[in-house]
Amino acid sequence: MNSQGHRKHGLWLAFALHRLSGVALALFLPLHFYVLSLALNQPEQLDGFLRWSDQPLVKAAEFGLIFLLAVHIFGGLRLMALEWLPWSPKQKTFAAAAVAAALFVSGGFLLSAM
Amino acid sequence: MPIETEELSVSVWRGDQKGGEFEEFSVPARQNQTVLDVVAYIQQNIDPALTYRFACRVGMCGSCAMMVNGEPRWTCRTHVNNAAKGNRLEIAPLRNLPVIKDLAADMDPFFDKWVGAEGVHHASRSRDEPIAPVDPTDSNRLEASEGIECINCAVCYAACDTVAANDDYLGPAALQRAWTLYNDTKDSGQAAILDAVSGKGGCHTCHSQGGCSLYCPNELNPMKAIAGLKRASAASFFGWHRPSTRRDS
Amino acid sequence: MLDIRLYMLQRITALIMAPLTLGHIAVMIYAIQGGLSAAEILGRTQGSFWWMLFYGSFVIAVAIHGAIGLRVVVHETFGMKGAGLTVLTWMVAAGLAIMGLYAVIAVTVAP
Repeated sequence: MNSQGHRKHGLWLAFALHRLSGVALALFLPLHFYVLSLALNQPEQLDGFLRWSDQPLVKAAEFGLIFLLAVHIFGGLRLMALEWLPWSPKQKTFAAAAVAAALFVSGGFLLSAM
Repeated sequence: MPIETEELSVSVWRGDQKGGEFEEFSVPARQNQTVLDVVAYIQQNIDPALTYRFACRVGMCGSCAMMVNGEPRWTCRTHVNNAAKGNRLEIAPLRNLPVIKDLAADMDPFFDKWVGAEGVHHASRSRDEPIAPVDPTDSNRLEASEGIECINCAVCYAACDTVAANDDYLGPAALQRAWTLYNDTKDSGQAAILDAVSGKGGCHTCHSQGGCSLYCPNELNPMKAIAGLKRASAASFFGWHRPSTRRDS
Repeated sequence: MLDIRLYMLQRITALIMAPLTLGHIAVMIYAIQGGLSAAEILGRTQGSFWWMLFYGSFVIAVAIHGAIGLRVVVHETFGMKGAGLTVLTWMVAAGLAIMGLYAVIAVTVAP
């Protein structure tokens, strides 16, 4: 079946981004926990990893991760407001604002990392 | 934009519950025609075995709902000029429902879920008592009135990816009906409704994708109704009940 | 797919994590300035009861939230259901909790 027009509108894209970011974060977390756990018995390895991560490509990836984390929270807060606060018709505006806020926050990280 | 060619190239799904495939037809293009006109032309002039549904053909009954180029529409209210891609149309039975034959979908699961969401009147009084008053300006009544013009066409049900991914999800139409009854002073089934919509296939399955409200030909807002059910069930979960607006029978 | 109990667990852990996550991002933006080192991080977190509480509750909340989230995604994408899906959900929760709490201990217990 062609067209899939129902997947071209803003709130569906917000759903897709929320799902994608959630899955990406869930897959990333074990790696994150492993690296941090090196502090216990292999701190030199942790230091080595942190030194390795001090390069532009890794910083760009970290920016991407923080964007996904921020967009997941802000999108999630939009959903909580939709579900538990009185109804607002401005859902598309809020969804766009969530993306903007996430870019702002993750951009702040990237600038700080330079 | 108006069709420039003389012929439409129309792909129509043919088959039944065991399966099927698209069949190509050539239909004369006219300046003003609806997708329903196209389907009727094929059945009347080319293949009388084509099965499809319609009734009022003026956008009131919802019987002619089908997938047009991948989107659920009332075919009697879909102008070919607006829907066609160039001169191509693809017509299929409504998504998320079993097929009886060709373009006729089996509406049974849709109506079963309507009942499953407690979308039925729960009487609160007998004929010997005065009728429960309905204040048209009451905020709960306004909330209910927003959803009562649903004609069960299943366009929202077909538009929803969450329905596609969850067999037991009650769906936007059934949940919207439950919400209208929840807010109706004549209905005494608030507890039953919250129970029905709080199970595995209930309102909490909704991801607020909004396809339902986007595609509803009556411009209703099932997504908003489902949010209302989530709010009401959450309040009930925490023990904060909305004070009843009706006299107990 | 979610009944009201799983939905509530999901939403409540989300609300718990909202301030924790924003705090975490703020700390990251602060910490990244001038480069990262193990000594700088651990100097801040090791021996700290509050950081242990902060990250400990963060880990428990994310283990629950992530497990329920993945449960829904796996069900809707692959159609998995019943006992198999429940086992997967518990495994994800346990995995995230165990790895996460180990990381919290590594980073907050005084050396």
